[in-house]
Amino acid sequence: MNRWLISVLLALLVAASVVALLAGTVWLSPVRVLASIMGGEAYLPALIVTQIRLPRLVLALAIGASLGLSGAVLQGLTRNPLAEPGLLGITAGGSLGAVIAIYFGFATGFALATPMFALVGAFGTALIALLLARRGGNLSLILTGVAISSIASAVTMLALNLAPDPFANYEIMAWLMGTLADRSWDHVALSLPFVLLGCALLCATAPALDALALGEAQAESLGTHVARTRVLALAGTALAVGASTAVAGSIGFVGLIAPHLVRPLVGHQPRRVLAPAAIAGALLVTIADTASRTLVFNGTPLNIGVFTSLIGTPFFLWLVLHLRGRTP
Amino acid sequence: MSALILNHVSVVRGSRRVLDGIDVTFERGRLAAVIGPNGAGKSTLLSVAAGLLTPNAGSISLDAVPLAAIDRRILARRRAYLPQRAGVEWPISVERVVALGLAPSLPAFGGLPPTLQTRVADTLAQFDLTDLATRPATELSGGELARVMMARATVGTPEVLIVDEPTAGLDPRHVIEVGRRLRALADGGCAVIVALHDLDLARRIADDVVAMKGGRVLAAGPTQTVVTSEILSALYDAPIEVVADGEGGGIRYRGW
Repeated sequence: MNRWLISVLLALLVAASVVALLAGTVWLSPVRVLASIMGGEAYLPALIVTQIRLPRLVLALAIGASLGLSGAVLQGLTRNPLAEPGLLGITAGGSLGAVIAIYFGFATGFALATPMFALVGAFGTALIALLLARRGGNLSLILTGVAISSIASAVTMLALNLAPDPFANYEIMAWLMGTLADRSWDHVALSLPFVLLGCALLCATAPALDALALGEAQAESLGTHVARTRVLALAGTALAVGASTAVAGSIGFVGLIAPHLVRPLVGHQPRRVLAPAAIAGALLVTIADTASRTLVFNGTPLNIGVFTSLIGTPFFLWLVLHLRGRTP
Repeated sequence: MSALILNHVSVVRGSRRVLDGIDVTFERGRLAAVIGPNGAGKSTLLSVAAGLLTPNAGSISLDAVPLAAIDRRILARRRAYLPQRAGVEWPISVERVVALGLAPSLPAFGGLPPTLQTRVADTLAQFDLTDLATRPATELSGGELARVMMARATVGTPEVLIVDEPTAGLDPRHVIEVGRRLRALADGGCAVIVALHDLDLARRIADDVVAMKGGRVLAAGPTQTVVTSEILSALYDAPIEVVADGEGGGIRYRGW
């Protein structure tokens, strides 16, 4: 069942990736692209694919997989179906870092200043959440995350309020809505090492997540190191999602939805959710990114974060209603 | 043969001594019931005995080896622990839940080896769960869930089984059933430690009884020496009478 599901998801992902490479302002035919890459007459299609769309696709895959995987790990760890990476304040912290870079003008001096500041912001908030929630259980972790998230958002709002010029304001808004537009191989090089390391840490929690389905006391009695699992999950999320937020801004709801989409198909077993959730997350972000650049309203392309939120919010409502029906 | 020995164990929570200098020995092949009023420290004693809670003072040893010195996975293979109101938080199938009991014996990655798969099937059959094997564990009745959790705890054939209030919320038929299974495990050579509020059940199935009050052991020893009118009345601060009649007797609560 699991193997079958993963094969289908991978096939869909490959299809979505091919479409993502060909679709956009300039629609390319596969034949033209192949001919161009093989050294044919037209140089432009190869340039568009390798320098513009491929880095964007790589980022979409990495970011989606990070969000899906960390969502699945956090839901398994806290046994809370509403848990998601944003919950730990990592997204808000990353946004704050980026806003600081834009607000104080670092971004105009150096192109990668925004993602670098965002990375520091994301790691910083994750570290604070981890230190504050070191003792105490899941509730303390969730509440700490919400509090830190709120503080970071408040400061971001302050920056928007006091923004020196409309351009900074516009840049901040665009960043908060999340986008993969104009991302290059530099962004890939900046984020990918952290994403890979983070995903490795997240995968290491897999055996513990199954035991945690029985609650912390039973998991501990089965030889699981619950405290270590929590640190692995949080550090992994901070690295993978922090690096993702750093290059793309906040992309909401993917981390929440992806695990729920695949969970019933793997018999609800927490560790079996991980791989399909990562692929589903990558699929969602790739589709959302392709849609965001092909659906253009009055000359303005939709931001990817707006797109995922538009799909995500109704899903979230459905989830709440569905859970209300199942729990007393 | 003594298996688990608690030596002068104390646990302090805040300014309160939850356990105060406990000395108890649990033996293989015997079923020990831990009784006492609410808040006496029974659950804390069980967590400490399971090695899940490190005491502030004193030591616990399994076959003369300190519990803290045993690798957590090896310890998990040798002793099983079921907390109060043990449950499952995702709708995982009964079969998978029982298989989780073998988690400490599994390699970090990969599936269940065939020998362990037969062990799961045997345990399911032994606990009359074969028909429920594919049912989500969150949809079971209280009695069925109690059986599943017992199967989960015993599938790894532990040397020591520690169970906290396994009969809470169960109807009389299931109480008797759980009691019989615990008895059978002890007869099979396992050291069974079980916290109970049901004094009649304790009297029926236990070889030894540990009576706890205010974090101390009030009395401990073979069941007939501890389950007496005097000790029980002092233990619960209520007039309790142990009566003997033709059918094995019972516990009577006087004064209401």
